[in-house]
Amino acid sequence: MKNLPLILAYVFLAPFVGGLLAGIDRKISARMQSRIGPPLFQPFYDVLKLLEKENLVARRSQNLYIIFYLLFMVFTGGLFFAGGDILLVIFAFTLAAIFLVLGAYKASSPYSFIGAERELLQMMAYEPAVIFTAIGMYMVTKSFFVSDIAAFRTPLWQYLPGIFLSFVFILALKLRKSPFDLSSSHHAHQEIVRGITTEFSGKALAMIELTHWYETVLVMGIVYLFFTPGVLFAAAMTLFVYFFTILVDNTFARVKWQLAVNSCWIVTIVLGIANIIVLFLLKR
Amino acid sequence: MFWLGFLIIFPLAAGLILLAVKNDLLRTPVVKLSAAVICAASIALLVKSYPSGPVYFPAEFPGADRIMFAVELAIAGYIVFCAIKFKRPLTLVLIGLQTLAMLLLEFTAKGKLHAEHNLFIDNFSVIMALIIGIVGTLICVYAIGYMRDFHEHFRKEVTDRRRSFFFINFVFLSAMFGIVFSNNLLWLYFFWEITTVCSFVLIGYKKNGESIRNSFLALDLNLLGGLAFAAGIIYLHFHSGTIELDKVLSMGKAGVLLPVALLCFAGMVKSAQLPFSPWLTGAMVAPTPVSALLHSSTMVKAGVYLILRFSLLLQGTFCGIMIAFVGGTTFLVASFIAMTASDAKKVLAYSTIANLGLIVLCAGVGTYEAVWAAILLIIFHALAKCLLFLCVGVVEHKIHSRDIEDMSGLVVSMPRMSVMMQIGIAGMFLAPFGMLISKWAVLRALVDYNPLLAIFVVFGGAATLFFWVKWMGKLITVMEPKTGQEETVSRSEWVPLYSLSFLTIAICGLFPAVSHGLIDPYIKVIYGKVVSMGQGNITIMLIMLGMVCLFPLSFINLGKKVKVADSYLGGANAGSSIRFQGALGQVKEAQMQNYYLGKHDAEVHLLKFGSFACAGLILIMFIILR
Repeated sequence: MKNLPLILAYVFLAPFVGGLLAGIDRKISARMQSRIGPPLFQPFYDVLKLLEKENLVARRSQNLYIIFYLLFMVFTGGLFFAGGDILLVIFAFTLAAIFLVLGAYKASSPYSFIGAERELLQMMAYEPAVIFTAIGMYMVTKSFFVSDIAAFRTPLWQYLPGIFLSFVFILALKLRKSPFDLSSSHHAHQEIVRGITTEFSGKALAMIELTHWYETVLVMGIVYLFFTPGVLFAAAMTLFVYFFTILVDNTFARVKWQLAVNSCWIVTIVLGIANIIVLFLLKR
Repeated sequence: MFWLGFLIIFPLAAGLILLAVKNDLLRTPVVKLSAAVICAASIALLVKSYPSGPVYFPAEFPGADRIMFAVELAIAGYIVFCAIKFKRPLTLVLIGLQTLAMLLLEFTAKGKLHAEHNLFIDNFSVIMALIIGIVGTLICVYAIGYMRDFHEHFRKEVTDRRRSFFFINFVFLSAMFGIVFSNNLLWLYFFWEITTVCSFVLIGYKKNGESIRNSFLALDLNLLGGLAFAAGIIYLHFHSGTIELDKVLSMGKAGVLLPVALLCFAGMVKSAQLPFSPWLTGAMVAPTPVSALLHSSTMVKAGVYLILRFSLLLQGTFCGIMIAFVGGTTFLVASFIAMTASDAKKVLAYSTIANLGLIVLCAGVGTYEAVWAAILLIIFHALAKCLLFLCVGVVEHKIHSRDIEDMSGLVVSMPRMSVMMQIGIAGMFLAPFGMLISKWAVLRALVDYNPLLAIFVVFGGAATLFFWVKWMGKLITVMEPKTGQEETVSRSEWVPLYSLSFLTIAICGLFPAVSHGLIDPYIKVIYGKVVSMGQGNITIMLIMLGMVCLFPLSFINLGKKVKVADSYLGGANAGSSIRFQGALGQVKEAQMQNYYLGKHDAEVHLLKFGSFACAGLILIMFIILR
């Protein structure tokens, strides 16, 4: 268990890092819209306030799903930062996300129901790109283990430019950003009722927010993998990619689900698969 | 040897007894007892044959060949009779050609058609025998209660022919055991034809226009496969001088690839690969136990079983690649079609076709990793899919619909059934359950071999995720709770359901043991290597399984410390979570429907596209091989 410190660091520090990233996001977004914006720590204030609220539900069992959503997200992140098998990380990630979807179904309200359906569409849209990322990394480093991938001598983006671009493309889905914030927007740009989280309030909503912070750190961790082993360069590039998604978020309006799914799949096929074919031919 | 013979003969004998038993009260114990004996015998086979490599038996029965030939002719006669009765010229042509081919072989090769070893057993056969012996018999037990309800429901439309129903079911089990134990290809062919005719009779059970049409479709396509099978045997006999499976496998790729391709063609028809899939979707008109027995867990597995047997020969050949692409295309297209369907049985049918495609893909790839993944797929799929079929069968009887949209709120109205369905669905796609372990293994096998094939698996997998979760979501979405719809479900239905749910979960925990004890030795004998998922990964999977199993426990805390409020409907609620004040003061009811992506004719278009692609691939395969 030589990776125990890393796991513990993820479990305890990721919420702070994720919350801070969310705060930076809000600040930058505000400046892009010529507003001053909330304080940097506003996301933490929000969550702390949510924790004090009454537990109001539409169906009695809906919050149980959210507990497992959080639990499995922490588990997934722990597995990733412990250097585990990246395919297993992806599958655990899916499992976590499905608990959120099931919770929204369970709430049995039309808005959360539509949110759940759209979340599923999003999952369907991003899953191929994520799995191809794992496959591409395996083809270069000959290992599925995150620890081996991170220790690879040259930065992976040099071998996987297409896969990297397709991963950045679907990042908007993972981070709930425009133009692909179908199920629930991270910032309420254009909606009155908030999709998948409509029926969640109080502690459950706080938990969803917390899980999202964990998720953000995990996803940025995957971006980081493209730029290792240089720590400073990799961190700078990861932050730049994060900034880029914020920029895109504030530039585009939400698209319809057809365009979201189609464009994600087309980008995955054109960039990701082309990349894999080139790697495959070079290897032979 | 004793257990092999016993497993082939006993179900036949039980079937004959059931044919004689008229009384329903007497039939029930006979079915249960025979099922228990078959189940116990297949486990005894495991214990007796463990742990050893393949064992071959001469199994010389005086006159066995002649009896088989006579039975074959009798079956051909029966099919000719049916074809004339229902005016099916195509069937007549196919059965005529096939009988002619077999007669030709019999008379030109008089006396030389001798096999050294007629029967054999190895770990793969044992796995198949366990699936047939456990899942197959559970379905027969389930059929007792189901058929009683079925005939009450269709008292006017369908005449009660339960005697022949159970007879055919048990004959079918016997033939399946025959398929997995035969080393003599003529014997294999004999049992193969019996399963074809069994499925023909069972699909046409209702005897109405639709079911007769579909039963002939199944018969025609499978006779086409049988014709290819016969051609393969004749070719093998005249060119290589052998009709034994083990001898063919040890001959090397060069000479035998064409006959092997012909046999694989028969396998692809039987396991409903595109473009032959319509027979399986058509077969869903049959009573649900038939769908479960023939078309999810056993008969279609005979097809992939045969192809997997030849995987070593297919590995790295053009023929293998083509078969892999047919499997991959089938997986992708069938998954997409399943996404557009709302009929539960249709979703199950297409998902079956898709998963068989995945197995065929692995068999075509033929590396040791791929074969390992394929055998895992067979095991997991048989359990989870059978469970789902049986659940849908019961639900259909109780709510009088098998539309997924009508299953809303099942978690309240039929709680136990809905939990079992959720177990089955989770078993089909979700980490850490069975099918996901296999999908993972498939991906790993493919990236080492040819990552282009992974494209099919990845995109098909994304679609799979979508249609399973939305079904699961529909089960737990509660609109207006109705209670008490599952009291009338009989015990003979509950027992198989509970057993299968338990097995679906247990096999995930036990899979390292199954892999280590049964699959690894088999792979080792053939390839000299074993697959390793990594001890750490298996531990992590088991931890995840434990965590998921905690989820039901968390329901102890259900509803504590929460306040229930009406859900948001975008207008003033009218006293409940599903009604609201609409325009002009009317009270309206909220409606929720799943997304079915694609237009109403999406199935037809996708099927056409996939069929053309796969037919083209098969055609190219044979042109190159010739």
